[in-house]
Amino acid sequence: MAKLRVGVVSPEREIWTGEADMVIAKTVDGEIGIMPNHAPVLGVLVEGGVLRVKRGDEGDLVAAVHGGFISVADNDVSILAEAAELGSEVDVARAKDALQRAQASIEADQEDADARLQAKRAAARLRAAGEEV
Amino acid sequence: MGAQLRQLRRRIKSVKSTAKITRAQELIASSRIVKAQQRMQAAVPYEREITHAVSAVLSNTTNVDHPLTVAKEQPATAGVLIVTSDRGFAGGYNANILREAEALKGHLTGRGLAVKPYVVGRKGITWHRFRSREMFGEWDGFSDNPSYADAKEIADALITAFKAEDGIDEIHVVYTGFVSMLTQNVIVKRILPLEVEEAETAPEGIPPYYEFEPTAGDVLDSLLPRYIESRIYNALLQSAASEHAARRRAMKSATDNANELIRVFTQQMNQARQAEITQEISEIVGGANALADAAAGKE
Repeated sequence: MAKLRVGVVSPEREIWTGEADMVIAKTVDGEIGIMPNHAPVLGVLVEGGVLRVKRGDEGDLVAAVHGGFISVADNDVSILAEAAELGSEVDVARAKDALQRAQASIEADQEDADARLQAKRAAARLRAAGEEV
Repeated sequence: MGAQLRQLRRRIKSVKSTAKITRAQELIASSRIVKAQQRMQAAVPYEREITHAVSAVLSNTTNVDHPLTVAKEQPATAGVLIVTSDRGFAGGYNANILREAEALKGHLTGRGLAVKPYVVGRKGITWHRFRSREMFGEWDGFSDNPSYADAKEIADALITAFKAEDGIDEIHVVYTGFVSMLTQNVIVKRILPLEVEEAETAPEGIPPYYEFEPTAGDVLDSLLPRYIESRIYNALLQSAASEHAARRRAMKSATDNANELIRVFTQQMNQARQAEITQEISEIVGGANALADAAAGKE
């Protein structure tokens, strides 16, 4: 079966490239699963989403992806993230700390949009690292 | 010791310490060029992909009238983003940028546009302050090592001004493009209204027919600002690499000059010392001769 060529890039670096059987990402319309020979798609990703790349025997690659786009054409999948982090690179203690701080400021000020964003990002990082949130 | 000799010694000492400083600066700049180049390389995949995505959307949707792509019929003001460095010691780097910026300003004024400068880098900011010219945005502290967040901040300010009713109708950017270690050119570019630059290798054949999530308009809405951020980030990265390259070259020639000066001064110093010794010897010989003559006269 054909494979997908996947590239996860952020403005500052290329985070991961490789082959995969399936890519699952979260767009503003909902989750989207890409398998080989998918029709060309260009989607906007949500803040604080989790990207899952299924690679068969090698296990899944999980990454926290904050904003950006997914573009699919000719079995090439590119994830353009404003910021992204592989699950294996997440510093769990720091992410938990960030989540708690963000939640504290949300409780203090319900209108704090910045803190909500921070909380979403921290939660996505924790989920990518395989933690329960 | 003669006065001249002492003076030369002092000058050599001072030039030597200057040479040490410029040499150190040169080495620091050389190591930073490599890092800056790596950062430029690291940003390439994202730039390529986002350019690809933007051209994909624009080629799929023929009737987009996005505010960022449409030129106003009667542009009245133009914003100019000028990317300079925070520190000097970089030869003509900042002077070249500011000269081009002035040329662009003249050109825009000729077209009947009012020019609003947006300045990056302490050197450019002080240049404008000194001439008491108003700046509509100023950013400093990251010229030698810009992060994407810096580019985003600048892009946000520019896009907001561009979208505002009484804001700016065009945005130009003046920065230094990094061609190689030896060649850097000042580049003047219009970034808004947008003209998408096709990647160097144009995709062969007809671009695929994309589906959009949620709609083409929404995708474009969030894609275009990212594209502009990426263009500005690229300009900042190239400027940073160019700044280091310019500094390395300036510091290298300063070190070479200092070494040449040291050589000349050392020669002069040796000459002075030799002259002093010769004089002393002739004085001693003269004195001894006079003594000998006097002794011979007594006998």
